Amino acid sequence: MNLVLTKDETADVLGEEFAQARKRLPGAGKVAQFRQQAFDAFAAAGLPHRRIEDWKYTDLRALMRKVWPLAPAPDDEALSRAASMVEAHAISGARQLVLVDGVFVQTLSDLGGLENGVRIRSLREVLEGKNALLERLLFAPKDQAVVALNAAMMTDGVVIELAEGASLDRPIHLLHVATSRRPVSIFSRSLVEIGQKARATLVESYVSEEANSYQVNDTLLLSVADDARLDHIRLVEESSDASNISSSFVTLGARAHLNAFGLTAGGAVSRYQTAITCAGEGSRIESSGVNLLKGRQHADTTLLLDHAVPHCSSREVFRAVVDDRAHSVFQGRIIVRPKAQKTDARMMTRALLLSDEAEADNKPELEIFADDVTCGHGATAGALDEQLLFYLRARGLSEREAQALLVQAFVGEAIEEIADEALRDIALASAARWLSRRG
Amino acid sequence: MPLLEIKNLQVRVEDREILHGLTLTVNPGEVHAIMGPNGSGKSTLSHVIAGKPGYEVTGGEILFRGENLLEMEPDERAAKGVFLAFQYPVEIPGVATMTFLRTALNAQRKARGEKELSTPDFLKKVRTIASTLSIPQDMLKRGVNVGFSGGEKKRNEVLQMALLEPSLCILDEMDSGLDIDALRVAADGVNALRSPDRAMVVITHYQRLLNYIVPDFVHVMTRGRVVKSGGKELALELEARGYAQFEDAA
Repeated sequence: MNLVLTKDETADVLGEEFAQARKRLPGAGKVAQFRQQAFDAFAAAGLPHRRIEDWKYTDLRALMRKVWPLAPAPDDEALSRAASMVEAHAISGARQLVLVDGVFVQTLSDLGGLENGVRIRSLREVLEGKNALLERLLFAPKDQAVVALNAAMMTDGVVIELAEGASLDRPIHLLHVATSRRPVSIFSRSLVEIGQKARATLVESYVSEEANSYQVNDTLLLSVADDARLDHIRLVEESSDASNISSSFVTLGARAHLNAFGLTAGGAVSRYQTAITCAGEGSRIESSGVNLLKGRQHADTTLLLDHAVPHCSSREVFRAVVDDRAHSVFQGRIIVRPKAQKTDARMMTRALLLSDEAEADNKPELEIFADDVTCGHGATAGALDEQLLFYLRARGLSEREAQALLVQAFVGEAIEEIADEALRDIALASAARWLSRRG
Repeated sequence: MPLLEIKNLQVRVEDREILHGLTLTVNPGEVHAIMGPNGSGKSTLSHVIAGKPGYEVTGGEILFRGENLLEMEPDERAAKGVFLAFQYPVEIPGVATMTFLRTALNAQRKARGEKELSTPDFLKKVRTIASTLSIPQDMLKRGVNVGFSGGEKKRNEVLQMALLEPSLCILDEMDSGLDIDALRVAADGVNALRSPDRAMVVITHYQRLLNYIVPDFVHVMTRGRVVKSGGKELALELEARGYAQFEDAA
């Protein structure tokens, strides 16, 4: 179904997809009803476009001209391709959980010897059962068409629960693998619930083989209860003909701590939008990120930090490196609600342009309704410093080597914000892979 | 064959000619001092030899062991053995000094078709040099020149010189911003590198530096030309009588 869409056709094509896919989508009764409502909400709005303020720089109607059919459940051949990708991208010491074309594959995942108080299930299992978590999963904010579409089409994902006081002996690595050689779309949704005083480390990565063409729409629902902590990094290393539209929604309890990092180096079109709510007093967020783009890549990172209660802090450090004709977007909005006194919120974003045709849009915004707060933001964009480049070249580094060293230092400012040293090394390795591909 | 031959070099920056036909020959083992007032073109000369962008060579040539230096990229020149010790070494936050040194050394070795130095060999070499220059190990872990004092930055330049073992060292105003003690440490480091295979061009405004790095030849440069050449005694004469006497000659 390689249709080129006008704006009115988007919902029609997806409507046919939805009608065909319903039979195999998990969940009946209330779940099926929810899917229908979510789809109707999506159909009424259609794909977001530039006249919607939040999508001004990422016009999906212009960037995603085609809608691919829903990915089939992976067959043996797909699973064997997935197995070799899992091997290539596995993180040693981590518990690998694998989604293949949006489907949780137990045989490729490591579910042995789960720590006390830790439960891991597939989204399908939870949607098909009667479960208290259903209410959390059936989530689709009205103003988010891409999340509504995800709610309608969600095929599978993982549901991870940590009971009060539980802690992981090793990080969980959620690997999103795309295997299809034919263009497909993948809708996945995962839920992570971290109980009081529990502690978890989550690595997510999105990988494929270079030639594959596909569209990912993923949603992650995260809740970090009182005194709990989550370290989370995500790496988007999709194939160069893929799109990745991901949304995450995070709620933090009292004194909860989130240290999050996102790196986008792959994919033709990507958007990572995350909304983090400080719902309990004394919660703390560090959220940093890096876009490394070349060719004609488009990557958008959109953060919303909602300080709803007093005494919370948030700190965002974002760096974009943009080469060739690529386009990087960073939007960061900090909301400080009237009750959220003593909020400490800071956001700094910088873009490095490696070519005259590269583009970076930085849009930090503060909306402050409380009077006793410390808030600040800043944004810069520029080229590499010629003096530094010459110094390095005078010592024998080629132009590319000198640029690579300075780019590493530049993105290092965001990577340093990762609290966990092992996760920092994973992010550094991903940045190094981008630099070596750049040559 | 001379190591460096500069013949009738003419250089412009934007619309201004800075060097108006400069000629200089440097043989292996020699130490040449180039002295001159501010604005005489000394730093321009050092930048053009190292290949800094922004200078337009409108006439003349620079040969390095008989090869046309002006056709080479700055990193090719470095690999061939040209080293510029910067007047104002830049700070590079986020690039650890050790990483920088290793990348530079291996880039040059690769360009010359040599094998990369192993990690233990590299560390041993750097540590030995650092200790002779009184550079503490923790300085090597910090970003290149970040938070270094003026003296530490210059010592770091000498450290790089000792590590990279160039055959031509150009020292651009090495004494600027240094007190006597810092100057002595840096100069001792430079003197230790004097050898029959290596030449040095010491660019300075003041005679003071030449008490520590004693040159074989002294050239006086004013208004973009060498106007007088002589032995080390010429530096003393300049110190006593100033540059004014040469202004007319230029």
